[in-house]
Amino acid sequence: MSVTTDENSASLISVRQLSFRRGDKVIFDNVDMDFQRGKITVILGPSGTGKTTLLKLIGAQLDPDQGTIHVDGQDVHKLPQSELYELRKRMGMLFQTGALLTDLTVFENVAYPLREHTKLPERMIRYLVLMKLQAVGLRGAAGLMPSELSGGMARRVALARAIALDPMMIMYDEPFSGQDPLSMGVLVKLIKDLNDTLGLTSLIVTHDVREASSIADYLYLIADGQVIDQGTPENLAKSDTRWTRQFLDGLPDGPVSFHYPAPDYMQDLIGQ
Amino acid sequence: MTSVLRVIADLMSNVGQSGLHFFARVGRSIQFLLTLFRALPSLLPRPDLIIKQLYSVGVMTIVIVLVSGAFVGLVLGLQGYNVLVRFNSESSLGTMVGLSLIRELGPVITALLFAGRAGSSLTAELGLMKATEQFSSMEMMAVDPFKRVIAPRFIAGIISMPLLAAIFSAVGILGGYFVGVGLLGVDAGAFWSQMQNSVDFYEDFMNGVWKSIAFGFTSTWIALYQGYDAVPTAEGVSRATTQGVVNASLVVLALNFIITALTLETN
Repeated sequence: MSVTTDENSASLISVRQLSFRRGDKVIFDNVDMDFQRGKITVILGPSGTGKTTLLKLIGAQLDPDQGTIHVDGQDVHKLPQSELYELRKRMGMLFQTGALLTDLTVFENVAYPLREHTKLPERMIRYLVLMKLQAVGLRGAAGLMPSELSGGMARRVALARAIALDPMMIMYDEPFSGQDPLSMGVLVKLIKDLNDTLGLTSLIVTHDVREASSIADYLYLIADGQVIDQGTPENLAKSDTRWTRQFLDGLPDGPVSFHYPAPDYMQDLIGQ
Repeated sequence: MTSVLRVIADLMSNVGQSGLHFFARVGRSIQFLLTLFRALPSLLPRPDLIIKQLYSVGVMTIVIVLVSGAFVGLVLGLQGYNVLVRFNSESSLGTMVGLSLIRELGPVITALLFAGRAGSSLTAELGLMKATEQFSSMEMMAVDPFKRVIAPRFIAGIISMPLLAAIFSAVGILGGYFVGVGLLGVDAGAFWSQMQNSVDFYEDFMNGVWKSIAFGFTSTWIALYQGYDAVPTAEGVSRATTQGVVNASLVVLALNFIITALTLETN
């Protein structure tokens, strides 16, 4: 096990000189990032910039082409599988689709990590699962199958499952998409409360600027494989960088094009 | 002339690419199998996982095996009688039905049915689990999908196949008995005693058992690998399912020829 950063440092996760490409497409080009312990850090960026890829790189589900990622002082890509799995027990992750196990009920999905990694008596598992489901407002849905849930509900169940083992950190992949206004408000508050009361470190990948800014301690804006801007929500709100303004204000024109790279429109239409 | 050369060059390039693609897939499937072997010891403390899969892989395939076995046995009885009666040796019907079912038809037809029923279901299930990020979520929960999802299904497939083949052969023999003895008047005592005399436990029965274990191993491996390696889209899962059944069926037939040739040679 290689330990190159201090386990007691302020950063729980530090990304150094990260480069990653898929085929010829550069997803990250020499990126540095730090995620502070006990804080909510939000990664904003347009669709397709590799936000989910970053979470998979941090969880060591993907290997970088270059650079290192340290989580709690451990280089995640150099850990043997057994140690990586030990580390992952302390890393919760909420997938964009929920990724619930479809052959298990909601209750069994939340109980799954507890059954796999603890020897708690059934009675205790039941208490814990009901408490986690109560926290996401779905205790009444404990007996349902994942196919009976809406997308937003599935993500809330996945959140209950992600916090089942009381991890040190949670990575949220687009937690706000598909939530109705009521659930959205509750979810934003829940993420904030979980972070503060359990002393978690939260990493949220999203493009919902307003919700993210309301609870973020620090924001990273990424595009074209680079960190374009970073800072506290207050600082970024005052930023006059063209890219930051375009993204935060939702402007159609700016350094980031709405259109995927394509030949000239007229020429394409008339076939020349 | 240049265009002809270009066509030939393109053809050779395509053949080369297909060859590379094929060998890459074979390599990945062997790597998959080695990873699977490493995951097997983790099942020792969790027999419940295998039992659950025995139900969905084995028990759920019983009906199709029963029905197919019965019809194959009925046809064997009819055809066998029709041929044997010409030589006044219809009393050998038991031998013919027993040997052909236990040595060949039982293991092979069961393996083909198994690939179509259980194999396709395994491929589709794994492919959909991959497409819906269930494997990723398990890995992030520090649960190895090979240990918890793939290995139990693999063992269940290997255990189920010989049992299903035995059921197929048993029902087939009863079918042959029904037609031969019940309908066409072959002597019941001759039917059973001829079968008892000519079917050897080691050379015939165990030959069928080994074959069906080999077929169970191969077709479950192919089904699981196709699902695990599927492109995580609706089209990708559909293609993997079809390919899994086709590949498993062809490999079973080829493997049957090889095993038969080897065992007959040693006899």
